[in-house]
Amino acid sequence: MSKYDYTELGLKAGLEIHQQLDSKEKLFCKCPTLIRDTKESNFEFFRYLRATESEMGEKDRAAVEQTKIRRKYIYRAYDSTCLIENDEEPPREINREALGISLGVSKLFNMKPVDRMNIMRKIVVDGSNTSGFQRTAFLAGDGYIETPLGHCGMDSLCVEEEAAQKIEEVGDTIIYSLDRLGIPLVEIATAPDIKSPKQAREVAEYIGMVLRSTGKVKRGLGTIRQDINISIAKGARVEIKGVQALDLIEEIVAREVERQVKLLDMREELLARKAFVCEEVYDATGLFQDTRSKVLLKGMKNGVILAAHLKGFDGYVGREVQPGRRLGTEFSDRAKTAGVGGLFHTDELPNYGITEKEVQALKDAIGAKEDSAVIMVAAEPEKARLAIEAVIKRAQEVLTGIPEETRKALPEGNSSYMRPLPGAARMYPETDVPPVEISRKYYECIETPELLTERAKRFTTDYELNPELSNKIAYSKDLPLFENLIENYRKDELVGATLIARTLVGLVPELRRSGVDVDALKEEHFAGVFAAISAGEIAKEAIQELLTALTKEPDTPVPEVISNLGLSAFDPAEIETFIEGLVRERREFILDKGPAALGPLMGMVMKEYRGKVDGKILSQLLKTEINKFISQS
Amino acid sequence: MEIKQGDWVRVEKDGTVYEGKVMPSAEGYVTLKMNSGYNAGFLEAEVTITLLESKPEEPEVAEGAAEKRALKVSSELPAKRSEKLPKVAILSTGGTIASKIDYRTGAVSSQFTADDILSAIPELREIADFKGRVISSILSENMESSSWENLAKAVVEEIEAGADGIIITHGTDTMMYSAAALSFMIETPVPIVFVGSQRSADRPSSDNAMNAICAALVAISDIAEVSVVMHGTTSDDYCEVHRGTKVRKLHTSRRDAFKSVNSKPLAVVDYDSRKIETLIAHTRRGEVPLKFKPGMETKCALVKFTPGADPAILDYYLEAGYKGIVIEGTGLGHVSTKWIPSIEKATEAGIPVVITSQCLNGRVCDRVYDTGRDMLKAGALEGEDMLPETALVKMMWVLGQTGAFEEAVELLGADLSGEITGCTLQ
Ligand SMILES: [Zn+2]
Repeated sequence: MSKYDYTELGLKAGLEIHQQLDSKEKLFCKCPTLIRDTKESNFEFFRYLRATESEMGEKDRAAVEQTKIRRKYIYRAYDSTCLIENDEEPPREINREALGISLGVSKLFNMKPVDRMNIMRKIVVDGSNTSGFQRTAFLAGDGYIETPLGHCGMDSLCVEEEAAQKIEEVGDTIIYSLDRLGIPLVEIATAPDIKSPKQAREVAEYIGMVLRSTGKVKRGLGTIRQDINISIAKGARVEIKGVQALDLIEEIVAREVERQVKLLDMREELLARKAFVCEEVYDATGLFQDTRSKVLLKGMKNGVILAAHLKGFDGYVGREVQPGRRLGTEFSDRAKTAGVGGLFHTDELPNYGITEKEVQALKDAIGAKEDSAVIMVAAEPEKARLAIEAVIKRAQEVLTGIPEETRKALPEGNSSYMRPLPGAARMYPETDVPPVEISRKYYECIETPELLTERAKRFTTDYELNPELSNKIAYSKDLPLFENLIENYRKDELVGATLIARTLVGLVPELRRSGVDVDALKEEHFAGVFAAISAGEIAKEAIQELLTALTKEPDTPVPEVISNLGLSAFDPAEIETFIEGLVRERREFILDKGPAALGPLMGMVMKEYRGKVDGKILSQLLKTEINKFISQS
Repeated sequence: MEIKQGDWVRVEKDGTVYEGKVMPSAEGYVTLKMNSGYNAGFLEAEVTITLLESKPEEPEVAEGAAEKRALKVSSELPAKRSEKLPKVAILSTGGTIASKIDYRTGAVSSQFTADDILSAIPELREIADFKGRVISSILSENMESSSWENLAKAVVEEIEAGADGIIITHGTDTMMYSAAALSFMIETPVPIVFVGSQRSADRPSSDNAMNAICAALVAISDIAEVSVVMHGTTSDDYCEVHRGTKVRKLHTSRRDAFKSVNSKPLAVVDYDSRKIETLIAHTRRGEVPLKFKPGMETKCALVKFTPGADPAILDYYLEAGYKGIVIEGTGLGHVSTKWIPSIEKATEAGIPVVITSQCLNGRVCDRVYDTGRDMLKAGALEGEDMLPETALVKMMWVLGQTGAFEEAVELLGADLSGEITGCTLQ
């Protein structure tokens, strides 16, 4: 049972799913959508970004916060990236393949496209886009999906360019890799129709399935990201970004509800205690001249100690808002946006070499009473001031409600502060790329991919695969390979759908687990193996040995590997001779038993050829020979 | 119903409803800016539009906004009009060193006044005391030699009025022509610095801020020459200071498109440390008195020779009354032998012909091969290591100063403003 009654709390959640598309080229240039090893980078450059000002003299609040510190962004380029990724050349026209895939997806979500797609620039100044903005376009809206837990509106589908991958952060310098920048993405946003953590997961799974149904999306870690918008009736909308695993979605929703409930409880109690946040910033550097605290000493070197006074907050700063995260952690998150390492608060002191006496002296100096909490930051003057101001702001928000903000998903299901929710203020037209007309005729020509769920059902009926195997192969990344192979062997007596499916989703993963380099296997290898089985040249029992051998010499033709392994040593003539001999030898027995002699004699044949020749072939040969003998006798 | 830009409307298409602000759009479409910030276009013929809220009256909003901005700037950034800071005049000619985005409409507008530039790049206030002046707001490809003369005149006025340095914001396409023109027209005791941006000022990654800051540093420096200050590399590490007669745009889009050709840059400006390092000798502040020498002959042409090109091309200019011709020849400075009689025709008619090279890098030498020797015999002048564009501007200026062929030839062969070096760069 869950801790909370989500219906009563008025939980509303929506998902925003970002999925990389597997197009040949990037969204606005002709570079391949190839992820590289950063060691292969052949060029590096760096930039600074600044928030641009709007006509109203305003800057986007998220952008302003991020440019508080002057960060240096280093970019690694490759022989598979170009001047467009470097923000040194205007973008090309939008990639048509990516547009087609996106429209196919929009059909599966019952969405309706716009008539003319306008490409926008969305200001992003964290360095992840060399230009300082992400190109994005609203393509379709007003769709829906139905899952067992209910109806969920599909509000928008946008086509976007993927951001650069962060490699490393050293002080105020961030290193990004440009291979990922510009890979096409679809961003799919649901309506806030999700009412429970379980439904959130269900919707995410369904959307993921639909995306994979296209066969045109990237797979693997980091190719799909979920953001979740969560609010409860008395709380506020919070966007949690970067959930990499489906398994975490339920936990994230549950823990955000917990956070909002606990913060609201705290607010009520604090207001009852007449808690109050002093706006004044205190310089406490002088009080710690003789401190032994190494962390403080380190911070004071070329710096100052600034303090804030939170009246009535004693005991609250150390209180948990999520498992393992306290109100103090929320304060600390904000302080870090100013570039400091963290903060100290009286609920955790004395500690870190800071003595009881020093704490008391600090409290006395700023006139803090028993029920007050004091927050301290030790850093260079400018950073310390920005940090303590950020803490004061957050503390004030505790008394007013839940702040609307963008948070980052943490691995265990918690989240930490990232930045304020960006407004619509950060969008303006990308004048370098012309709008794209989506004519009705073009839209109608876009094929709707078959859903994986439906495909699995079809495999069960068409190929007589068992449901488990059908599902496995339908969701497997080897689905296209399966479909190519099945073309030739769907009616084949010796090969058949089950053998192909078992090989791809059973045997191959098993070989991978035992350390065989199965990635070396290409379609031609599988085709060669199944052709040999179909022709009766090898037994299906030999697949494992043959595939393993092929991973080691992928360039040798399959028949050659078969003969090298001695797998084809048994040519049909030799087997026939053996069977003829056997029939001659056991003539009495056959005459006695008639066709029923097949069973016992088959045992003797199998003894000779088990694992080397397919049983079906042997049985067929033996049957023919016995029948021939009986009819001649 | 009359729907106009800025109205808040509801658009219904096949049962789907969108709300947003009406934006400028292509014929036949209605484009909305939705609450999400996205724009979306719909075929006008296939939708029902309902007006929800009319656009508020224009003038009120615009004035209010401008006032608000002005107040905000002055309260946030108290103008440090310290007497100690050098005085620099910013003359704008239409380059977008500053631009603003109207987030309600998404339109980007170029900003030309010094106040706009200073509010976009507040660090400039720490470097100098700026005064702004708008000269023109035309695209740089639409500039003409009369624009250069207007610009030069304004520069001279500002120097006379006590400016310690001049910054000229300029579109990058023809910046090198304007810089060359001012190099010939003005003998200057203070730095005259051209600056622009290759990446539009409306993007957070624009090169405008760094270029402007480095230009300001050069404007208050000791480098009393006409120069172009732009990115030195693709990184935001340093700017190069190019001599106005030796600079060429060598890339269509990169930040470091401007390079000195047949010369080192005058200096480099480190963005982080704000230090200037000079690389070659230059005229120092106050070394020469201010002298303004306007006058440009517009009937001059730059003709590129290509294999098989008809000599009638050259004849055309002679018949059309051109007064001077610069030829961009191949290699060391060659044209086909068929062109030589036309060259001779020109020089005999008192029309100077200067030969430059398509190679850009290196010096013209017409004494090595027969063709070259014949060209010289026909009266052609070697343009030495001059850039073809610089040679053209020089021709225009020289012929603006004198009508005498002999004198013109002498001036064309002399180094007037660093356009010809004695020793070719290694
Ligand atoms: Zn590229």
